[in-house]
This record gives sequence, structure tokens and C-alpha cells, in this order.
Amino acid sequence: MNKGILIWAEISRDDYVNPVVFELAGRAAELSGALDESPVMALVMLKPEMIDKYKEAFSINGFDKVYYLENSEFGEYKTDIFSKIAVEAVKDINPEIFLIGATNQGRDIAPRISSALNTGLTADCTALDINENKKLAATRPTFGGQLMATILSKTFPQMATVRPGTFKAPKTDKRKETEFIKLDIDTGDIKSKIEILDFKKKICSELNDIDSSDIIVAGGRGMQTKEGFELLKKLADKLGGAVGASRVAVEMGLASQDCQVGQTGKTVSPKLYIACGISGALQHTIGMEQSHKIIAINTDPDAPIFQIADYGYVGDAFEVIPQLIEKL
Amino acid sequence: MKIVLCIKQVPDTTDIKWTENNTICRDGLESVINPYDVYSVENALHLRNACKAAEITAFSMGPLQAENMLRKALALGIDNAVLLCDKKFAGSDTYATAKTIASGISKFVPDFDLIICGQFATDGDTAQTGPSIANFLDIPQVTFVREIIDCSNREIVVKRELSDGEETVKVTLPALICVLKNEKEPTRATINGIKSASKKSVVIKSAEDLGISSDLTGIKGSPTFVSKAFRAKKREKNCEFTDNIDKLAEAVEFNGDSENE
Repeated sequence: MNKGILIWAEISRDDYVNPVVFELAGRAAELSGALDESPVMALVMLKPEMIDKYKEAFSINGFDKVYYLENSEFGEYKTDIFSKIAVEAVKDINPEIFLIGATNQGRDIAPRISSALNTGLTADCTALDINENKKLAATRPTFGGQLMATILSKTFPQMATVRPGTFKAPKTDKRKETEFIKLDIDTGDIKSKIEILDFKKKICSELNDIDSSDIIVAGGRGMQTKEGFELLKKLADKLGGAVGASRVAVEMGLASQDCQVGQTGKTVSPKLYIACGISGALQHTIGMEQSHKIIAINTDPDAPIFQIADYGYVGDAFEVIPQLIEKL
Repeated sequence: MKIVLCIKQVPDTTDIKWTENNTICRDGLESVINPYDVYSVENALHLRNACKAAEITAFSMGPLQAENMLRKALALGIDNAVLLCDKKFAGSDTYATAKTIASGISKFVPDFDLIICGQFATDGDTAQTGPSIANFLDIPQVTFVREIIDCSNREIVVKRELSDGEETVKVTLPALICVLKNEKEPTRATINGIKSASKKSVVIKSAEDLGISSDLTGIKGSPTFVSKAFRAKKREKNCEFTDNIDKLAEAVEFNGDSENE
């Protein structure tokens, strides 16, 4: 009998738990009510003797059980090793639902695990519910964000990846007496066919955290050049905010992928979102329309971005932004 | 070196029309090669130039119309094209699609060295089929590949994008990579390319040709199903336009609590 909601606990290179793990814990705790108080569980793969560092965070965020695996090879994420071992662990735990954050790592490992378990997987969900048959109803945008589809799985565990920023972490007053269970899985000879030769940390993600920033200044195709984005950065600096980008701008190489807001990027809801030279295709707006206040600057008065904006300025961002910086 | 491409035909999602019932109007919907797959083709052609003796086979699964897309790939210089086409494949989710394509690859190009997929398809945006194919063929995968740095008969070195930075990874072949777009200008078909493509043909294979049981493909072989589909809600607001920088600055600065809630 499959039981419980299992969450993949992604550990970053700098040894912290990815925030999406706690967001999923928040939603899982709500869903568990509809599943006869099903336990909320985590699966985490760690370097030896690291679990103590994370115990408090798992308890505060309401996990009932944390299954962990230790190996000196687990410091660096490698798809082949991680997925092979995770598959065995999930078979042992036998959960009813298995949720994974739709980060790049999550989207890399989830389909590998689900297909090895011969079960279904719904990608990059923006809503999770339990239906009248107590099944996971996972809703996701498709067709560039224009169509929403609710997907069910005939098999177990019912798996979904969930877009970061979709749910809120649980309130910290619900501290749980979490049970930590070390799994012993015969890892055999775990030699990876993948070798990481080099890693360059993006400066963007350190200084420019669009996930947690209250103010985002975002640019699209209309910003045209890297200089255009430097202008956005100046405005963001002045406001104490971060720089975001549309998919087109990222594809044009004007901004890095972790700045990308929208369907294949991040979902954000800052207090203030300033959209500069962004036309407002659904692909983008799906990731930012929940912002408290939206200001749009665009040369085209008919640009769809104005339909979701609170304030609009029809004009060239290259001219407007320097003037704006001066006034602030 | 044998390279396999997995490419997909998708509806042009920039131009979607809706029926009265808020379903997508598929009549007259233009089909295009998935924009990410353009870069799979590009990367494969680039690799062949780099290491000469490469043979490239493109696979697609879909209706007969997808033959046109594969023809275009042949005109760009792809050597062989296989279309997996059968009513039994219809309604496949990512699991069943991957299973079908993997069985096609192991049947027709069993000695492949490298499989290249686009990272996403613009219709479903799942990014699941590539890694699932790699699983079924029991080979390593590298996703979110921005650039191929180096390739030999035994291994490939690529740059991949992660949320916190950029990783340079070496992977032993055979392997599968999923590629993002990059700055390279896509190749255009030449007259010679089109001429030589007209001598080649797209090979069409059915479920029977693959030897795949109808329980493992299509709706029957899919562990997931769509229980409902509906049009995304758009939050419309009354935009207050201004042409005054002072007013704009005011709007930026006033981050008070409730004025816009």
C-alpha cells in the first residue's frame, strides 16, 4: 500500500536546502488532510555526517519523516548516480505521491526516476489538489501558458515536478518531531559516466536574487543589447531590486537563464514589477502577473503587457529609465 | 560516429485561436519544427563538420504531416529520417512517447553514439521525453546543454546551464544530451541540399515494425491522462497611462500597502 507524500530534497552546491523543498512541504501538509493525514516525508542524498546540519530546517518546515542516504560521492549532483539510487529508495519508501521541485536539477532527475519506476510524471505544475477519488490532480500550463491542463496518473507513486515560487513554506510555529531514518541501499560500485570538469558560479544568482526580491526590473526584446540590461541594473540598484528578463531576452544572450521570468523560467510575485521593453506574451506574464504592482514601459501602446499593468508609460525605455533614475 | 536526433513537430503556439468553448482551434493551426529542435539539428551538423565521419539520423513520432518537417531536415544535410507513425501511438504521454522512440532507436540505429534532443518542446514544455529515452536505453544524459565544447568517439564535453551557474561536463558515450538554444545562426537549406534531399526518402515505421506491443504505447501505454483542459485566466487591470516622468517616478516610489490590491 502506497502511503505518504514524499518530497525530493534538493541540496545546493553550497550545502543548503533549496527553498522549493519547503514550499512543497507547505502544500503537502495541506493535501495530507484530504489523504487521511498522510505523512509528509523527504528524501535526501548527502555527504556523510551532514544530516545534523539540516535537521532543524526539516522540523521547522513540518516534515514527519526524513529518509536520508549518505555517501562521499553525494556532494556533487550527477544524474546517473543520483537517479539510480533514488529509484531504489523510492521503491523502499513506497509513497503515494512523490513531488520534486521543477528546478533544473529537478527537471533533470524526475523523468529519469519516473520512467525507471514505470510511473507517470506531470511537469512543472502550478497547482496541486486532491480530487474526489483521493488522487493527485496536478495542473500545469501548456501551449506557452495559454492552456491549463489538469493531469492524473493511473500509476503509483503519482509524480509531479512543481514550479518554484508556486507555494508557500509552512508557518514556522508548526514545528514537528521529525523522524530521521537512514536508508541503507547497496549502492554497489557507483562510478558515474559523468565528470564535472568545471563550475562557474553565476554572479547573477548571488547579487540578483529574483526569487526573494521585493522589486524586480525586467527587460525583454525591447532592451536590445547588454547595455540595455546594464541600464535596468542601474535602476534596480537604485531601488534595491533585482533584474529579471523575458525568455526572448535570455535567448538573445542579454541576461542569464536564472533571471528568466515566465513559463520556462521563474514565477515571481514581488511588490513592484517594472516591465521594460516586454511585449507581455502569456509565456512571460504567467510568471509575473501576481505581482502586487506592475509598471510597464513600452514603445507600443497596444502591447499586451499594458492589459495587466497598473501603470503604463508609452515610450522608449532607453530614454525613460535614465530620466527615471534621476527623479528617484 | 552515429548521431541520432529526436525532433518534434509542434503547433505554432504564437498564433493560437480559440473556439467558443475555450478549446484550441486546431484547424488552420500552422505546424512548425519545435524551435529548440532547430538547435539539435544545428548541433548535429556542427559536430559532423568537426569530426567528419558522422552519420546523422533524425527520428520523429507523429502524424504523417511530420514527414514534411523531416524532409526539411534532410535538405539541411541530415542523412536519414525515420517517422514513427501509427494510430496506435496516438495519445502517448511522455512516458509512452519515450518508450516508443527508444524502441525505434534501438531497432534502427542500435550502434548510436550520441542522441540529441531539444530541451523543451514549445507545445507541452515538459522536458521529460529526452531523459526518459536515456533511461530506457540505459545511457547517461546531460540536460540544459548550452554548447558542445568537444567531442571524440568515446566522450563529449558540454557546457550546461544550471540555476546557480554553468557546469562543464564530460560524459562517456553513448549518451543523450538535451540542448538549449544558442547564439549560432541556424543553417538554411541550400539548393544542393534540397536537390540531394529529393533523392532521399523519409522512412515510415509502424508499431509492428518496431515490435512494440500496443499496451506499451499510445493511450494504453501512458500512465498519465489529461482529466481536464481549460483556458488560462488572464488578470486584466485598468492600466493608468501617464506621459509624465514625475508621475511615473511617483508610481515607482509609492509602494504603499493597499492602493492596488
